[in-house]
Amino acid sequence: MHLVYPAVLAVLLFSTGLYGVLARRNAILVLMSVELMLNAVNLNLVAFDVWLNRTARETLHSGQALTLFTIAIAAAEIGIGLAIVLAVHRNRGTSDIDRLRDTAEGHESDAPEAEKAEATA
Amino acid sequence: MTTTTLAVLVPLLPFLGAAAGLLLGRTAPGFVRPLAVLPTLAAFVLAVLVAARQGGGRAVDSATEFTPTGSVPIELALHIDGFAALVAVLVGLVALCVQIYSTGYLREDPRYPSYAALVSLFTSAMLLVVYSGDLIVLLVGWEVMGICSYFLVGHYWETPEARAASIKAFLVTKLGDVPFLIGLFALGTDAGSFRITKILGTVAGGGLHHPTLIALLLLAGVAGKSAQFPLHTWLPDAMAGPTPVSALIHAATMVAAGIYFIARLLPVFQASSAAMVVLAVMAAVTMAGSGFAALAQDDIKRVLAYSTIGQLGYMTGALAVGERGAAVFHLLSHGAFKALLFLAAGVIIHAAGTNSLAAMSRMKDLRARVPDAYWTMTVALLALAAIPPFAGFFSKESVLGAAEHVATGHTEHAPGVAGWIVLLVGLFTALLTASYATRLWLLAFRGHGAEAPDHGKQPLVMNAVLWVLAVPSLAFGLAYGVLPDWFDSRDLTPTLITSVLGTGLALVGGLVTYGAWRHTTALAGRVPLGAVAAHPEADAGLVEAEAIASHEPAYGEVAYAHDPADPGRLLLGPLHRHAAVGFHLDAVYDALFVRPVRAGASLVRFLDREVVETYVRGAGALPRLLGAAVRRAQTGNVQTYVSALLAGTVVLAVAALLVATGA
Repeated sequence: MHLVYPAVLAVLLFSTGLYGVLARRNAILVLMSVELMLNAVNLNLVAFDVWLNRTARETLHSGQALTLFTIAIAAAEIGIGLAIVLAVHRNRGTSDIDRLRDTAEGHESDAPEAEKAEATA
Repeated sequence: MTTTTLAVLVPLLPFLGAAAGLLLGRTAPGFVRPLAVLPTLAAFVLAVLVAARQGGGRAVDSATEFTPTGSVPIELALHIDGFAALVAVLVGLVALCVQIYSTGYLREDPRYPSYAALVSLFTSAMLLVVYSGDLIVLLVGWEVMGICSYFLVGHYWETPEARAASIKAFLVTKLGDVPFLIGLFALGTDAGSFRITKILGTVAGGGLHHPTLIALLLLAGVAGKSAQFPLHTWLPDAMAGPTPVSALIHAATMVAAGIYFIARLLPVFQASSAAMVVLAVMAAVTMAGSGFAALAQDDIKRVLAYSTIGQLGYMTGALAVGERGAAVFHLLSHGAFKALLFLAAGVIIHAAGTNSLAAMSRMKDLRARVPDAYWTMTVALLALAAIPPFAGFFSKESVLGAAEHVATGHTEHAPGVAGWIVLLVGLFTALLTASYATRLWLLAFRGHGAEAPDHGKQPLVMNAVLWVLAVPSLAFGLAYGVLPDWFDSRDLTPTLITSVLGTGLALVGGLVTYGAWRHTTALAGRVPLGAVAAHPEADAGLVEAEAIASHEPAYGEVAYAHDPADPGRLLLGPLHRHAAVGFHLDAVYDALFVRPVRAGASLVRFLDREVVETYVRGAGALPRLLGAAVRRAQTGNVQTYVSALLAGTVVLAVAALLVATGA
């Protein structure tokens, strides 16, 4: 299989993911888009690994090994990310990214209140 | 032990006592008194031993150089001749008396431990000055004395008078010390050494290139330390310190350090006849001016302070006529009787509850309350007025005799004009001295009016010390036959003409003052005056501090009381107003130095606040503005950030591509 197919597929996946990250408002969908981007990278890694092995320039399959790493870390990341989203949703009743603007300049910090709410919940 | 070892121990023991006192003062209060008295006692005994071994013979010289310092070497050197040996004995005696007296005088003072340690440190520094054979080591002691004086004058720092006085004492003496330091450097460079023996050798060989300049620079430091005109103004104000401090530092020892310094280096000053004439004029102005001022003071301690300035003027006068034997003779006898006068004044202030002579002159039978102080003070005042056979007579006549000797042209080593100046002003000052001594005695002990307050007996240690010091005040003058062996100087026996003139003038001064007092004493009853300390049962130090603090509210002025019954007012006439404030010298200094410095300070403050700070604020404003602009980018929306990140990446990628393809 020619290298261009997986590469084009990876570009499509990555662009879809990027669009999702930039445009979706729901935090869960943003996380899913991030997963798409990660998997685009994974696809690239595997495809180029195969291509490099075919030309016998690299025989260690380091691309595939790195892919395994990425999958493992992505699993952990999505676990933590979903947990955070769940906690935020419980506290604030929303997981809308547009409304989670606590780090904005001039925003009054309500962190102690949030912690209190979490403790009571 | 060799004499050198003993001599090293003399300044070292009080220093160790001071260090131990400062360290243990809080943790072990029981040790404070022994730590104050015993090292001083040991130093005194050792100083006597050193004097006995040296015996006025060849000077003991010893030196060791710790480390080479590059240019002119600085050595830890001892140079003990007859002068050093005897002055050290005086310092040890007075310091011992003062330490013993202080245990009674400040017995309830919470700051007694640090006070005693500072007095010990001062004693050590003074002994270092006396024994040192190297001018830089001498300077170390000289400056340590200065800082101890600052701390001790400010002992009652709760009162504004004491704070102002301590700062004034420090600044005025430093004003003299700066030229003094430069003079020492010039002298060391010219002579190639700071050792006194080598410098004297250079001077004898005519190797000094700028004798007048060096002598005048050194003279500035001496004038500051020894309270000579025009740098004497700090001494009367320094009386805000506790009385034992005044007795030790501002009467007997530290102020004598300047005289002692000139006495050691007299050949350097004699190399320039201009310096000798300046010295004579300085002595004359100091003697006469302080005599007038003493006659007008109301505070008993300020009378004694001006009297100290005047007696130091006598010593300077003796040096101006090149007779250091007479100068140090007067230094020794004056040290004893002036310390006695101050310590007795402390007892009197405690008993009377006031430091004002005007208030004391309205108390009956004050002398019956303090019989020991009465008798010893009478002895000391007679010595001060130079009535034979008291100590002051012999020492003062030796000064006047030396001046006459020079004035009549018998010697080559000092200009004749200096002799005349010192002789005439010295005789006139003898009159003034007797006059203010009589006034002090009459006002303090011959008052009329209400019964003096009875606060019980004075502490035994305070009275005992007075009698110890009364012995040299009474009899030390008889040593005039022995002293020339110690000082390798001319005969110090009083000459007939000056003795008759001096004693006659002193008697005239005393009698005139007595007459004036008889004339004015009737007025005393009519004008009630007097303020007495609020806590008469407290210890003496507290009573004195309160007396000084209350003088200005009670009488309107620190030094002055509107008392028509004062014989000094009758004697001085229109001069009295000016003499009471020290001939307005403080006001002159205020106009010449204090106000310009204050104006300069406010100018600098204006420049700092309005000009420099504007630039600083301007430098801060631009980054603040930029920061405000950048802060607007912080929207809190994560997706905006990622968009910016993407845009940046795209730009970088395009740029990298363009560079890679060489477009």
